[in-house]
Amino acid sequence: MEKKSIWQIFRNGLIDENPTFRLLLGMCAPLAITTSASNAIGMGLATTFVLVCSNAVISALRRVIPKEVRLPAFITIIAGFVTIVSLVMQRYFASLYDSLGVFLELIVVNCIILGRAEMFASKNKVIPSLADGLGMGLGFTAALLIISTIREILGNLSWFGFSFFGDDVSGMLFFILPAGAFFVLGMLTALMNVIFAKKPAKKNDAGCAGCPGASACGGSCDRKEAEAK
Amino acid sequence: MTVFRNICVILVSAILVDNYVLSQFLGICPFLGVSKKTSSALGMSGAVIAVMTIAGAVTWPIHKYVLEPYDLTYLSTMAFILIIAMLVQCIEILLKRFIPALYNSLGVYLPLITTNCAVLGVTLLNVDQYGKFYEAVLNSFAAGIGFALALILFSGIREKLETCEIPKAFQGMPIALIAASITALSFAGFAGLFGI
Repeated sequence: MEKKSIWQIFRNGLIDENPTFRLLLGMCAPLAITTSASNAIGMGLATTFVLVCSNAVISALRRVIPKEVRLPAFITIIAGFVTIVSLVMQRYFASLYDSLGVFLELIVVNCIILGRAEMFASKNKVIPSLADGLGMGLGFTAALLIISTIREILGNLSWFGFSFFGDDVSGMLFFILPAGAFFVLGMLTALMNVIFAKKPAKKNDAGCAGCPGASACGGSCDRKEAEAK
Repeated sequence: MTVFRNICVILVSAILVDNYVLSQFLGICPFLGVSKKTSSALGMSGAVIAVMTIAGAVTWPIHKYVLEPYDLTYLSTMAFILIIAMLVQCIEILLKRFIPALYNSLGVYLPLITTNCAVLGVTLLNVDQYGKFYEAVLNSFAAGIGFALALILFSGIREKLETCEIPKAFQGMPIALIAASITALSFAGFAGLFGI
């Protein structure tokens, strides 16, 4: 693998391999909590924090963790950081904590984090892993913000909780319903396919069904690795 | 009578009204990832129902009798994910040893279940929502059935999509998401059933 600069690694996560729009990893949160923009920012930043910390720790420990038990070890490290985030959020951002609900704790099984640990942090030094975590995390946050902006403006006629027309006018309920989440995400993914004008994502890239291991990683990991070589 | 009513309410709400996939967005990854063929959808569903029910039955007592008395509930996420990972591994080993035929059909899906957020999500929601053991187990089982229902229905739709002509930009994931949107819309029709 040729050496990439820190900036390239960062940019890679933010744009070229945006976890939500390009890799289609970790799809539960982007669909579930994007009914309002403030939720999206909270969730995005919480995930970014966990991703950066777990990437750094896993990368620092990459020679210590035996290969056979790496997945349980990674999950334990990630779960530790998620617990930290949820305790801090419970204490200082109680309303956000309530509206994110169980999805905050489900960051543990967010495939982006385990995926990056397996694909990047366990093979690279600490500083590039930090950059990768930050890029991927911010890319995830940006994706959440875009989806939630569309859903909140169309569905609630408001943005970050500020209502445009007062409470008398209601928006299109469809975009707040679960169905709207799938719809908006589908449209945005299609848009990204047009913008990047690359081959549309292969059907078997469908994502994180495979995250627990590189061998099982539904195809996207293998493809990226093949490209890297 | 209240027990019977409870059972009905839990079943209907977990399978139809609050379907874990289509209205609570848990387990979206396998829902999108393993739904290309009905046969693999069936295998995945079977594995998820089994793991979810057992996970629900194991985590609830641990939360109630170990974590709660010692004031360790903040460790629940960490404890549950490790329990689920261990459970999946054990089931895999046992199946391989004793029921090789079943292992061959479900085996490949088992490791994927560890990171299925529906399983962790159900166990976490169980300890919040249900005060009785049978309710927690039943809810886990019903959540598994709901997952299976959504996955199998959706895989049927995707098999049909294979033969359709789709605009280039929509090929692959985008059209699957749009199809999921329509499926979710149909499940939204259950909202308010039985006044739940």
